[in-house]
Amino acid sequence: MMPETIERPRYDAEAFRKARAGRNIALGLGLMAFVIIVFVVSVIRMGANVQPHF
Amino acid sequence: MTQPAAIKIRAAVPALWSDYLQLLKPRVMSLVVFTALTGLVCADTAMNPVLAGVAILCIAVGAGASGALNMWYDADIDARMRRTRGRPVPAGKVAGAEALALGVTLSLFSVMLMGMTTNWLAAGLLAFTILFYAVVYTMWLKRSTAQNIVIGGLAGALPPAIGWAAASGDAPLNAWLLVLIIFVWTPPHFWALSLYTAEDYARAGVPMMPVVKGAASTRRQIFLYSLALIPVCLAPAFTGLGGPVYLAIAATGGLVFLLLAWRVLRSKAGDAPDERIEGEDRLYAVRAGAKDARNLFAVSILYLALLFAALLGEHLLGVAPLELLS
Repeated sequence: MMPETIERPRYDAEAFRKARAGRNIALGLGLMAFVIIVFVVSVIRMGANVQPHF
Repeated sequence: MTQPAAIKIRAAVPALWSDYLQLLKPRVMSLVVFTALTGLVCADTAMNPVLAGVAILCIAVGAGASGALNMWYDADIDARMRRTRGRPVPAGKVAGAEALALGVTLSLFSVMLMGMTTNWLAAGLLAFTILFYAVVYTMWLKRSTAQNIVIGGLAGALPPAIGWAAASGDAPLNAWLLVLIIFVWTPPHFWALSLYTAEDYARAGVPMMPVVKGAASTRRQIFLYSLALIPVCLAPAFTGLGGPVYLAIAATGGLVFLLLAWRVLRSKAGDAPDERIEGEDRLYAVRAGAKDARNLFAVSILYLALLFAALLGEHLLGVAPLELLS
């Protein structure tokens, strides 16, 4: 017996690969920005506490 | 048969990074950034510009996080409203669980970074704002009372106090005056919009004021809140916060605001077309009234923006405040 035909939407693999790559880049940039911000904030706040002693 | 349908939804539209950005409601975020920056500058405290920038970024991300939580919880309502059905979750671009995960993650990161960068009063206020918007407004008030945007408006009003606290570690009365301005401004602003989108809200089952109490009652309340707004907006000129430019904008803009609220009160904005009138004329009065409501909605945004721009400009340029009370 033939299986019932299931209508599948057109799957544009290339569009999905591009979209995933875009999301990964955005996530990577976001994480990198977070690390840089934490580093800079730490330096500034520690610097502010150290400065009066010199 | 449900599996292919599910595949179709997930497969038909790939989620772009910009869809996740849409979850953060960037337009709302820009207003939050602007009012928070005004609060931060009005504190008149010397602050490292990098720390100030990070504090504003935290407030923006926190606001975005509450937007994502709102879009996760309200996906059912959004899908039924013309204005919101294109949002990433109801459009099937982003799964609800992903919106929730993004909202929770960004909330935690923004509050933690705010505490580390500035102080824990600012971080606490930011956490309260996110929780109030996501839990009190979105999950409770929005679906249960016509006063939803009145009480819920507190979440949108708090950013100046967060900015002030971030700069000075304190939240004095002048900071709360800025909060009060946005708080009293919110009802006439939102109800003007809801007068010409009431049909959408009724379809979605959201108890907005025009849906529950009718258009005439909403128009009356818009006018009453507008009356209350004018003295509140003038107050900073008496408390050592606003200068002459601020006073001029608050007074003239307030008069325009009041005039437009009066026109809305006298209009038929939000009313159902009168069945006794024949032909095209039936819709004319209602459409003309909707135009008055649209005008008030547009001017309300401009008024708030000008008020905060005046305060920002005066404090950046060192214009002395008026202190009319002393």
